[in-house]
This record gives sequence, structure tokens and C-alpha cells, in this order.
Amino acid sequence: MKIINITKVALLAVASLMLLPAQADYPEKPIGVMVAYGPGGATDFQARIATLASGKADLIGQPIYILNKPGAGGRTGWNWFASEASQDGYMLGAYNVPHFIAQSIVFDTKYNINNLEPIGNWGADPAVLIVGKDSPFNTVGELLAHAEANPGAVTISGAGKFVGHHIAFLQFAKASGANLTYIPASGGVDALRMVKAGETVAGFNNLSDSARSASDLKILAVADLTRHDYLPDVPTLMESGVDVDDSSVNFRGLMVPSGTPQDVVDYLASKVPAMFNEKKTQGKMKSTNSPSRVMSRDEVISMWSERQAYLTELLAGLK
Amino acid sequence: MEFLNYFDNVFTVYHIALLVGGTFAGIILGALPGLSPTMSVALLIPFTFHMKPESGLILLGAMYTATVAGGAISAILVNVPGAPANIATALDGHKMAQNGKAKNALHYCFISSFVGGVFGVFILIFFTPPLAALSLKFMSTELFWVAILGITIIATLDSKSVIKGLLSGLFGLMLATIGEHPTNAVERFVFTEHLESGVHIVVGLIGLFAMPQVWNLLENFYAKKNQVFSATGDATLIESFKLVFSKLKALSIGSIIGSIIGIIPGAGGQIAGIVAYDQSKKVSSNRENYGKGEPEAIIAAESANNSMVGPSLIPLLTLSIPGSPTAAVLLGGLLIHGIFPGHDIFTKNPEVIWTFIDSLIIAQILMLVIGLFLSRHSKWIMKVPDNYMAVGILLLAVFGTYSIQNNYSDVLIMFTLGTLMYFGSKAGFSPVPVVLGLILGTMTEEKFLLGNLIGNAKGSSFQHFTSGTINIVLISLCIASIVYGVYSSRKSKKN
Repeated sequence: MKIINITKVALLAVASLMLLPAQADYPEKPIGVMVAYGPGGATDFQARIATLASGKADLIGQPIYILNKPGAGGRTGWNWFASEASQDGYMLGAYNVPHFIAQSIVFDTKYNINNLEPIGNWGADPAVLIVGKDSPFNTVGELLAHAEANPGAVTISGAGKFVGHHIAFLQFAKASGANLTYIPASGGVDALRMVKAGETVAGFNNLSDSARSASDLKILAVADLTRHDYLPDVPTLMESGVDVDDSSVNFRGLMVPSGTPQDVVDYLASKVPAMFNEKKTQGKMKSTNSPSRVMSRDEVISMWSERQAYLTELLAGLK
Repeated sequence: MEFLNYFDNVFTVYHIALLVGGTFAGIILGALPGLSPTMSVALLIPFTFHMKPESGLILLGAMYTATVAGGAISAILVNVPGAPANIATALDGHKMAQNGKAKNALHYCFISSFVGGVFGVFILIFFTPPLAALSLKFMSTELFWVAILGITIIATLDSKSVIKGLLSGLFGLMLATIGEHPTNAVERFVFTEHLESGVHIVVGLIGLFAMPQVWNLLENFYAKKNQVFSATGDATLIESFKLVFSKLKALSIGSIIGSIIGIIPGAGGQIAGIVAYDQSKKVSSNRENYGKGEPEAIIAAESANNSMVGPSLIPLLTLSIPGSPTAAVLLGGLLIHGIFPGHDIFTKNPEVIWTFIDSLIIAQILMLVIGLFLSRHSKWIMKVPDNYMAVGILLLAVFGTYSIQNNYSDVLIMFTLGTLMYFGSKAGFSPVPVVLGLILGTMTEEKFLLGNLIGNAKGSSFQHFTSGTINIVLISLCIASIVYGVYSSRKSKKN
């Protein structure tokens, strides 16, 4: 009996030793992606499309599944990801910039850009300034002139507090000096409804969703550095004379928690942009009106830290 | 009559297979707590990824239709509504099951679901343009008054006394305030990190209904009061059809109220059943029998929650504004297939959209046939001994709760609320007003705060809330509802 036990222990020991350098074989099982929003939403379905090709041998080589952890505007999921997700490269997370950075500045969260490592970026959806189709305003200038004559009366809806639309609003109000009222709806769909129904005077909303609803809206300007392919005739806010940059653009991509082995991070960083750029994936992004912008790990690292610095300053008075 | 041209797209072997599979699975999933229509459709969307758009939508539509009806099965047999839409069904449905008439109750449920469902789809087919315009008129203030109207019926629902009803409703409203403040995102009443995301409606539903049932069953088991229902009803199909169609008043109140609530954007769908239940009770000649196993109550509630399905797609398809939480998830399903909602959707994608709508009618028929077939086997569930039943419900409750947001905290919340409710029910409190408070509390607070912000920007918040035809109509309905409630409770006291 004893001999058998010793053999068992020895075998176990050998087996566990064999498991140690397992990172060399990474990945050897399917990989999860935590999405901090519910299934069916834009982040969820874009994450599913963007990771569609992961099973291909020359890409990641393992299928990717989605784990939804919605709640508290995304904080529930991101808190879990930074504090409890496994650090072996088998659980990635989807980030939304500027939302998650803004929330980590304003709230007491368990995550911040220092305990997360970006892998790559798949999409960028700028905010656009919209009014209803029957609105008397046709340009940003006309809207601002009205705001100047009626301080506080211009209501602008957005998807909630501390999301891209809210950042765009704060920048717009600051740069124009106008007295505007922000209406934080419960999500982008409801914010868009408010503009279509004429409940609010204007709104900041996703370029993708607004472009789809173009027949019910007038799109006055894009909060980005350049005009967008989907809306070549719509000027940027800067062209319209309001100094607003691309800080509110909703970037979506993948990250891992800090503590993930460097070789796993490097492996993912080398494969993920190619996965996002895969032909069928790009076709599906286009047919679903999801604006794609593929960025490498290094580009995302610098984008994150730029946003962190800028948002800390912008949100300083709002805590 | 353009919709008639696309039926042949539905009648392909592949699509019929999808419809039968989707409907059957939908009824079963709907009956499991936690897998509400919203959840089931959301989980199914990734599976439709690689399908053609119309095939994917057919499957999602069948799932939506069937889960709404399936939630009534568990409401009737074990007093655990599968989704918020089936709360009203549990009130009389489970009483009927306890009276040995489970099969009858299920028959009424599926027949009236079918009638309401088909009514709703026809509303969608013939009245989309005018109703889409109407649904845009429901803004924050209107939605606030809709929520208040719902709150006015809380007190008189299923409680031993008005005071207890009000107290339970208040408890539900308080639960709704836990978590993030709707407009300034500050956390409130978050004493532990488990409460960070607040109390999810379906978590509350499972906790408040399923857990007390588990404790009750175990209590019966240890007290050797094992209730085995030998009788499960003797209704023949013809008798059941005759009965449902003889209750035309309940059937039409349910179908019409369900359709109206369907086109109202947002959380409406979840309260269709309960509002129809309350209205049909007010005009019924069998009023005294409500809550004791009245078929009319089941008919009103179930025709309402299924008639809500079709109209909830009206603002979704034309304005990309969902008429119910499930329709909101369906929006993602449309976008994934490159179908973009808009006024031109019927001209731009007629093939896909009409095929989808036609398939909804077929799904209603399949739901009826499969539902009636399953009703014959309800005796298997009714005969399960209490101890096994308790364990079964417990497992499903934990599994269902966790799967909603993949969150362990939700399971703890479910257990806590459920145990509180168990003791509460001993003291004569009912879970119905609590859940209703939870659903309506979120809606009331959010719509009030948004309407208030917009009203202040316009000059006067008070005027903003009290002007406009729909607001005035809704305020009058609220007043009428309260006056009627006081009047009828006085009257019943005198008797």
C-alpha cells in the first residue's frame, strides 16, 4: 500500500512539474472575455464579432467565449476583473475608454489603469452632437446662440454620468462657455429616444447609432479630430469653432489583469491586432455599423495614460 | 396585406424546425426561474450569429413568444413566476393548482396567451405607423405617471390588509433605491460591496417567490403534512376553449391593456400582466373570487403579457426604441444581422421583416399546441414529494440567480430576501407588492429625476409634469384608481 502511495505522490509531483512551464503551451484551452455590460448591448456584440476569428491556428489558436458581468455602469465587472479574475491569460476583459478611466477617477474602484494591462483595441465610436429632425437648429453655432440667449435652457441628453457622452458634454460646455444642462439617461438608447421625441433640445450619442437613425435626426458635429467615413458631410466640433478634441471617443478593446505573465501578454499582443483585422471580422464590423479602429498594445498604453491625465483634470471639480 | 406574401418563407423545413425547437425550448426555459424572456433571448443571440438574418430573427421571435407563456407554468404549478410578466398568473393559477385544477389552469393560460399573442401581432401588422408616433409621445413625465398608476394598485393586491399591502410595497420601493443613483451615479445604501449593483428585478423575483416556497415545502415535509395533489383537473380541451371564449371581458381587457403597455417604451412589459389583472378584477362580476383561483384572473393576465409581445416591436422596428426589456435585447439581435430599425425598414428589408412577423403568428400557434400538450403532463410535477420539490426549486433558484449577471452577490441577495419574505408571509405579507415596488420604484425615481431636470431647464418642473394630454389622462387615471380602491375597500368592510 505504502509503495503505491509513494508512487502516486511521485506521479503527482512529476505531473505538477510538467504543468509549471505550461505558459510555453499557452493557450491550451478556450479563453474568456469579461464584458462589463449585459448581453445584446453594443460592447457585448462587438466583443463577440471582434473575437470571432480567435480559433484560427495562425491567430490565437483557441476559441474565445464571452462572460457578461453587468452592473453599476460597468464597475461591478471591472472591479471583479482587477481583483478576482485569473492572471494566467485565460480571462481577458473588454475595456471602454473613457468610461472605465473616468469612473476609476471619480469613484473608489478596485481597478485603475495601473493594475490592468492593455492588449489591443478593436473599435472607436466617436460621440456626435445631434438634434431632432424638426429642430430649428441646423448648426452648432445656432444651437450655441440659443443657449447664450437662454442660459440653462438647452438640455443635452447622454447615456449617463461619466461615459463618453458625458465627457463630450463637459468638454463642449467648457470650450463654448455656454450654460447647458446635461440629462443623464439610463443608457444610449434612451438618450437617443429623448432627442428623437424632442424631449431634450439636443444630445450627445454614439456616431454608429446616430448614423443608423439619420432619418429621425440632424447630426450637427462629430467630437473627434477628423470627420468620419460614415458621415463625410458632418463637420468636427473644431471645424464648427468649438475646441473639443477626441477625448470622448469610445474606444473598445481587450486587456488582462496586471500579474499576467509577460510572455502571455506578449503572445496576446502579437496576435490580437491581426485577429481584429481578419477579413471576415472586418466585414461583419462594417455590416453591423460598428466603427473599427485597430490599435496595438503600445498605442493603447499611451492612449490610456493620455486619457488618465486629461480626465483627472477635467473631472477635478466634479467629484 | 403584404404580410400574406411572405408566409411561404416561413414554411420551409429549416424555419419550421427552428420554430418548433425555439418554441419548445422557450416554454421550458421560460418555466425556469431566472431564465426570463429577456435573459433567454439575450443568451440566444450569439447562436444566431452565423444564421441568415430571417432565420436568426425567427428563432429569437419564437423564443420571445414562448418564454413569456412558459413562465406561467412554474407560476401555476409551484407558485414561482418564471418572469416578472407572470406574477399575476401565480396569484390565481397556483390556487387553482392547489384546488386540484392545475391542468385547467394551464389550458386557460395557453389559450388566452394565444389569443392575446395573435391580437398583438395583428396590431403590429396593421397599426405600426400611427402607434409608432404615439409611442414617441411617452416621455419621462408620461412614463413617471405610468409608474405611479402602477403604484396605486400595489396596496390592494394579494394582501391580508391594505396596511400590509402598503408596507410591502414601500419595502419594495426602498429596495429599488439601493445602488447607483439614476442621474448622478452616486452609490446609495451600499453597506456591503454585494449591494454595489443594487437589487436586480429578477433576483428579487426569484428570492421573494422561490425561497419562501422552498422553506414552506420543507416545513410541510418535516411536519409530515406532505400534500400530494392527486387530482390535477379533468378539463377537456373543448371545455377549456369554451370557458376561455366565454370570458370575453377578461380576454379583451387583457389583450387591449397588454397591447397599449407594449408600445410604451421601457419597462412597461413587465407590468402588463398585473395591470390587466387589476383592471379585470375591477369590472368583473366574480370580483370576490379573485385570489382564490378565478379563471378570469389567469385569462386577463396571460392574454395581456402575450399581447404585449407584438406591439413592443412597433417602436423597436421603426424608431429603434424598445417597447419592453426583451425588445431592448432584440435590438442587439437586429443590429448583429445588419438590420437597422427605421421608418423604411418595411421597404428596405421587407423579406426579413415580414418573414419575421409572419413567423410570430406561427410561433403563437405552436406555443398553443406545445403548451396544451405539456399541460397533460402537469401531474408529474404536482406529484413530486415536497422534499424533492424543495431541493429542485432551490437548485434552480441558485442557478437561475447566478446566471443573470454571473454574480455571486446576487445569490446572497436572493437568499436574504427570500428568508425575510418567508417570515413576512407568516405575518400575512405578500411578495407581489414587494416585487411590484421594486420594478416600479426604479422606473418612478429615474423618470421623476429626468423629468425634473428637463422641466427645470424649461422653467417649471411642476408645469412640465402636469401639462400635455397624455399626462392629464394618466393623472386622472391615477386619481380614479385611488378613489376606486378606497371606495371598494369601504364597501367590502361594510359587507
